[in-house]
Amino acid sequence: MKIANKVKGLPPSGIRKFFDLASSIPDVISLGVGEPDFVTPWRVREASIYALERGYTTYTSNWGLLELRELISKYMFDATGVDYSPKNETLVTTGVSEGIDLAVRAIVDPGDEVLVVEPSYVSYRPCVIMAGGTPVSVSASVDNDFKVTREDLEAKITDRTTAVIMNYPNNPTGAIMPRKDLEEIADLAVERDLMIISDEVYEKMTYEGKHASIASFNGMRDNTIALNGFSKAFAMTGWRLGYACGNAEVIEAMMKVHQYTMLCAPITAQMAAIEALKNGQDDMRQMIDEYNRRRRVIVKGFNDLGLSCFEPKGAFYAFPSVKSTGLTDEQFSERLLYEKHVIAVPGSVFGESGVGHLRCSYATSMEQIKEALGRIADLLQEIQKEQAPKIRTKS
Amino acid sequence: MREVLELLEKDARLTPKEIAEQTGMDEAEVANFVAAMEARGVIKRYKAIVDWDKFGDEAVYAIIEVSVSLDRGVGYDSIAERISKFPEVVNCMLVSGDHDLNLLIKGKTMKELAFFVAEKIAPLQQVQHTATHFMLRAYKTEGEIMFDREEDKRLVVHP
Ligand SMILES: Cc1ncc(COP(=O)(O)O)c(C=O)c1O
Repeated sequence: MKIANKVKGLPPSGIRKFFDLASSIPDVISLGVGEPDFVTPWRVREASIYALERGYTTYTSNWGLLELRELISKYMFDATGVDYSPKNETLVTTGVSEGIDLAVRAIVDPGDEVLVVEPSYVSYRPCVIMAGGTPVSVSASVDNDFKVTREDLEAKITDRTTAVIMNYPNNPTGAIMPRKDLEEIADLAVERDLMIISDEVYEKMTYEGKHASIASFNGMRDNTIALNGFSKAFAMTGWRLGYACGNAEVIEAMMKVHQYTMLCAPITAQMAAIEALKNGQDDMRQMIDEYNRRRRVIVKGFNDLGLSCFEPKGAFYAFPSVKSTGLTDEQFSERLLYEKHVIAVPGSVFGESGVGHLRCSYATSMEQIKEALGRIADLLQEIQKEQAPKIRTKS
Repeated sequence: MREVLELLEKDARLTPKEIAEQTGMDEAEVANFVAAMEARGVIKRYKAIVDWDKFGDEAVYAIIEVSVSLDRGVGYDSIAERISKFPEVVNCMLVSGDHDLNLLIKGKTMKELAFFVAEKIAPLQQVQHTATHFMLRAYKTEGEIMFDREEDKRLVVHP
């Protein structure tokens, strides 16, 4: 059978295989899940059920329901201060996942280079490759709290560079980009006429001040494709709903691809999202307050155990370093799984600058977090015991 | 500070240390605040929400609608206070609409509750009329839903 070379070349999803084994372990605790542990707020589910009862089972406009786009436009204005027309600057997508794909396909020609700021979510590079472009890694360093700098980007820019994909608040590190750090990136993008594809799906999950969108800087509204969605903030991962906002020209281009490949996002999810934006703010706030409490517990937990963990100020991930154990992130995560039945994703999965770290999601209950920390403490003690004799022979 | 009360309202057994870790406050600060709230009566009491049905006890509940005619000098508060002092009365509130006081009462048998209403509530001078609704089943009590929790259906790993 023939499989296209482009597809053959995509990295296999190795970690899935590794962790598929994990589902058979009965008392496993997973810090490996990148989705909320909350079920979608009941009022949102109920609105969708009601829509089904009334026969909302059809296609919608390719752009998405106008009422939803109007609500999104208002939400984006409140969240970022940027005004997008609901008519042709707001496109409803099947998750941010589709938004990433559309954005890249709309602007990348074969041979173009796209900078991907790492550590990063795993789908950016494959999307660039599928669009015929070349992904180029840019490492954000733990020494700068995983914030990307102008110099980091400049070092990788060539005359083929067309775009930068970045994601703050960040998966897997929990890093955010405060306004003052974004400014130099915005300046660079304007100077070099780079499109910034900004994945802001964790925008509501910031624990120190409001999220800053790069689109809100002078000249950047038209140089940014802002991607956001309902998966994280409203605990709606399974509904597959997101949106893209930007200048009309680029959003219309994305819409062209969308209309031929996806047609439209599911109407049941769109009806649910209308309720989420209209009346779901309280439910959302409560979930975010709970993440914040867990964040404090897990970060302090890791630091107390000697696994140095920079303070994540967004999303729902902690990214402690395991370098002090003498093990690689993969070795550590494997032992943690097989010996202690705790899942944490090795940081190297997310790029070079993730090496030596573990991604630990705190989208899991407080009891589970505490139990997991206890088991990690046990493993650390065992590792220390094994290593003690070695140290003695050295001295 | 509000957050401390919200946490305790959900789980009264949280220690000041745990609350401090979760909120980023100081442990002593939490302890002092809780003590102050107890002293002011903002925190009235700590108790468990018990599903007596599950335990095997056959408790009987009824909602009683009470219509009151006020005498000169006797307001709702004093009649409500009088009714509230009976241990059978779980909740007592003044409501708008076609009756005045709305009670939730608890007893061991229907007969016991019927007699309680007949002997203690109905004969009160200001009480004009009562209507008794026996509870057949509780679905949600004090914010607790009596249905099974929705289980976690997520895959164990998602990048
Ligand atoms: C950074 C990032 N972007 C996008 C997604 C996918 O979001 P959606 O469910 O909206 O497709 C995820 C999900 O884990 C993510 O972490």
